[in-house]
Amino acid sequence: MALYSDKVMDHFRNPRNVGVIEDANGIGEVGNAKCGDIMKMYLKIENDIIEDVKFETFGCGSAIASSSMATEMIKGKPVSEAMQLTNKAVAEALDGLPDYKMHCSVLAEEAIRSALEDYQKKKEAIDTVGE
Amino acid sequence: MIYADNAATTRMSDAALKTLIELSKETYGNASSLYTLGQRAKEVLEKARADVAEAIHAQPREILFTSGGSEADNQAIRSAAALGKAKGKTHIVSSAFEHHAVLHTLAKLEKEGFTVTLLPVHGDGLVRPQEVEEAIREDTCLVTIMYANNEIGTIQPIREIGAICHAKGVLFHTDAVQAIGHIPVDVELDNIDMLSASAHKFHGPKGSGFLYARKGIRLTNLIEGGAQERGRRAGTENVPGLAAMATALSEAEAALEERAVVTAAKRDRLIQGLSEIPHSALNGDAKKRLPSNVNFCFEGIEGESLLLLLDDRGIAASSGSACTSGSLDPSHVLLAIGRVHDVAHGSLRLSISDDITDEEVDYIVRNVREVVEYLRGFSPIWRDLCAGKKEFIL
Ligand SMILES: Cc1ncc(COP(=O)(O)O)c(C=O)c1O
Repeated sequence: MALYSDKVMDHFRNPRNVGVIEDANGIGEVGNAKCGDIMKMYLKIENDIIEDVKFETFGCGSAIASSSMATEMIKGKPVSEAMQLTNKAVAEALDGLPDYKMHCSVLAEEAIRSALEDYQKKKEAIDTVGE
Repeated sequence: MIYADNAATTRMSDAALKTLIELSKETYGNASSLYTLGQRAKEVLEKARADVAEAIHAQPREILFTSGGSEADNQAIRSAAALGKAKGKTHIVSSAFEHHAVLHTLAKLEKEGFTVTLLPVHGDGLVRPQEVEEAIREDTCLVTIMYANNEIGTIQPIREIGAICHAKGVLFHTDAVQAIGHIPVDVELDNIDMLSASAHKFHGPKGSGFLYARKGIRLTNLIEGGAQERGRRAGTENVPGLAAMATALSEAEAALEERAVVTAAKRDRLIQGLSEIPHSALNGDAKKRLPSNVNFCFEGIEGESLLLLLDDRGIAASSGSACTSGSLDPSHVLLAIGRVHDVAHGSLRLSISDDITDEEVDYIVRNVREVVEYLRGFSPIWRDLCAGKKEFIL
């Protein structure tokens, strides 16, 4: 049996949405180098729709694949829907992860959530300024 | 495929494989049976014992056959502990970067009331004999220090450590699993009382190994049962496997120096090439290391993804990253030599054999460089390092 599913390997070998969004309005970074996984998500949100999303990841194969899959799952979606993304959904979309790699999908969920919260915080700040 | 993971295991040599197959087919008798087929198996077994003994300058009766390195380590340490305990000596000296077969056995003994001193390993990947000397106490019953480290390949000052142990009257065991068949090992010259070895690390079969125990050292059984191995290890002997081990070892010994020179030249070419990758560092002393071992840390990347992409390019290697060790921490060996977690995750071990060509070496260097660059290209750590938000460690 291979270490990873074909889906994981596909997303690892050809990660979707890799890179940086220079004018992102939501950025989230989770994990730490000590544990060997860091994920950074960049969101470009307009009218509450995630118009663009990119990621950078330092980590193992499943961390890269989880980041890639998570970005695909929220791209083009309303913020409210993206907030509902769970690590289980990411793992399932990848046709499963080995038990000891499930934390990679958790990290992906947390990275997205952190970026969305950053967006909301910035938005609130702007809204308050506008009042 | 370029197989660069010989420290994990090796491909069996043709001669060893031939021994294994022929004996399995023809000499399948039980070495304890008295009819001709059984006695033939017994002869083969004893010939293997004599060959193994000769390779390390021991007597045949000092060789106990085991299922491999782990078993030999366990039995050596358990035996020395039992001998010590009988005299009220329950302190053991070892090092922080031993194989888990040693470390986990020691951890169990600690639970049973033993005290263990794990010596630090210096940045060069070497244990200092003087520190061994200082660690030995009145109640020390055993010093166990590996001959060569399995991850970073550094060769320990075994002869000096052995001399210190003998001067102090303490048993000295060495896990020589990575050394046997690759560098000269002589239990007399090296002052070794007990030594563990494993066939699959020197082109023999998996599941065969041996424990050398100097005459007079009473071994404790791990496996009780029949009277095989002079009553010290029960179970019908794996005659084909053990004989194939002897074949592989004799072959390795005959070509040892020649192969070591050839392999070390390839190793140095690899080290030279990989050193040119920015923010990388060799782990362990550049010269006091196995001819086969290259181990690097690359800052800003993680080892498992590096391995997977190298596999796609036909290179089989290994890493000490947490993800490949199956735990949350990176290799205890890299941490022991002072690499911080951040860079220890980005390690790569290449363990080559003498048949690798210069072209293959250059192919490895080129591909490692490309994959490291690619992974750094979307590593948030690398971005922070390059932006000056974090300081480079390497
Ligand atoms: C240094 C060292 N000791 C012990 C072992 C265990 O040997 P075996 O796999 O034969 O049990 C290994 C290999 O994994 C090793 O490299």
